[in-house]
Amino acid sequence: MSLLQQQLESGRFVVTAEIAPPKGIDVTDALAKARVLAGVTAVNVTDNQGANMRMTPLALAALLVREGVEPILQLTCRDRNRMALQSDLLGAAALGIENLLILSGDHARFGDHPGARSVFDLDSVQLLQVVASLEAGRDMSGRPLSGVPRFFAGAAVTPEAEPFELMFQKFDKKIDSGARFFQTQAVFDGTKLERFMAAARPLGVPVLVGVLLLKNARMARFLNENIPGVRVPQGLIERLEGAVKPLEEGVAIAREMVSKARVLCQGVHLMTLGFEERIPDILAL
Amino acid sequence: MIISEQKSKEELLGSLEGKDRLFLVGCAACATACKAGGEDEVFKMQEWLVSLGKEVTGSVIIDEACHIMRAGRDLRQHRFEVEEAEALLVLACGAGIQSISSSTDKQVIGGLNSLFLGNIRRFGQYEQKCSLCGECILNETAGICPVTTCAKGLLNGPCGGMEEGRCEADREIDCAWNLIFERLKKQGRQGVFRRSVQPKDWGKIRKPGRHRIKQ
Repeated sequence: MSLLQQQLESGRFVVTAEIAPPKGIDVTDALAKARVLAGVTAVNVTDNQGANMRMTPLALAALLVREGVEPILQLTCRDRNRMALQSDLLGAAALGIENLLILSGDHARFGDHPGARSVFDLDSVQLLQVVASLEAGRDMSGRPLSGVPRFFAGAAVTPEAEPFELMFQKFDKKIDSGARFFQTQAVFDGTKLERFMAAARPLGVPVLVGVLLLKNARMARFLNENIPGVRVPQGLIERLEGAVKPLEEGVAIAREMVSKARVLCQGVHLMTLGFEERIPDILAL
Repeated sequence: MIISEQKSKEELLGSLEGKDRLFLVGCAACATACKAGGEDEVFKMQEWLVSLGKEVTGSVIIDEACHIMRAGRDLRQHRFEVEEAEALLVLACGAGIQSISSSTDKQVIGGLNSLFLGNIRRFGQYEQKCSLCGECILNETAGICPVTTCAKGLLNGPCGGMEEGRCEADREIDCAWNLIFERLKKQGRQGVFRRSVQPKDWGKIRKPGRHRIKQ
């Protein structure tokens, strides 16, 4: 059983973080970053995030296993059809990767290969069902597997999305399809998080809320304009603008969200984008 | 209908290089409605070719260029003009171009790009509603196709990029799943939200597609 699963099941407040594979084959920086993150429970390895081509997360996640850092392998439906997804899942299990984050994937038009043909042979709900089927020893066509993989599959949710009811029905469907934990898109509006958790709590699946470290007001505006599903409220942008040291203000904002999460959620997923050394400050009580 | 548009003059110039005598073909169906390959466009194309110093040996507007037999018959009626030409320039969709190329041994130059199977909103404005996937789900989705109108073709609800009911890939357009959700609600139906939709059987559409009506 993965450490992530153990800690979530024991009711501990869990911290996860993330790293991106390199664009290239030099993993020195990525592994150095992973070592800085060794204090968190598990580290997400992103899958061509933002539709920008990088090394396969399967390779980097396997290297993390070798380093003794527990990975959460992100797997999107954008770049692989049902055969490739199943192949990668079997490969992941063979390499000692248990934690998965199953995603649809950002649209290719925003990335560095806008001419790529997006696959979406499966969607995230269907891929979660495929994971469950592999764990039951069968592939999608019902054929038996030699050696059965064991996974701990999670999914993503955007708690601030509107209409709420529509977003929530998909969240519910993901749980029915086997999602055993959720990591959320970055959330900045505590009231909206409260509303979401009030509806989500009865379903009993742990939610790690996404906390993104804002470095300055410019970054906040960039996120609002370019990152789907992320909304930084005007009040926070003004706080960053008015601050003498914007990064310190950003750390304070992140710390406030973590405090909220300690009350509302089962953990946090930190996105510190190059400032991993500030994680202890963000987690400080 | 098949929505098409003319290739750029620049691209056409490249394809026409070294061809001084051309026979022109248009289509009276979709390409006419798209103002890409009807009588007007064939006439304008002829004027442009002449201005380049090329000779147009003749032209024909085929009723439906996608009709292989009819296209062949119409071409035969102009066989002397076709014979005189070094190549045929066809202003029809990819299907129409291939009816022509299968009816002559001469070089066939396509003048259009085919875009999608489209509906007409109003003149000059076309929208894709159906992607001919072979496994129609419209009866459960309040008559709105997620395979086509969701930018990712998702079958089990919106992606995480939906914002205020708008699409992640294009904020100008509505999220297909929000439209489906709203219309089902209006109809008092649960529709597709009642179940998790299984992966599509892409094996149902053979490539290349073929269909024969059973007697």
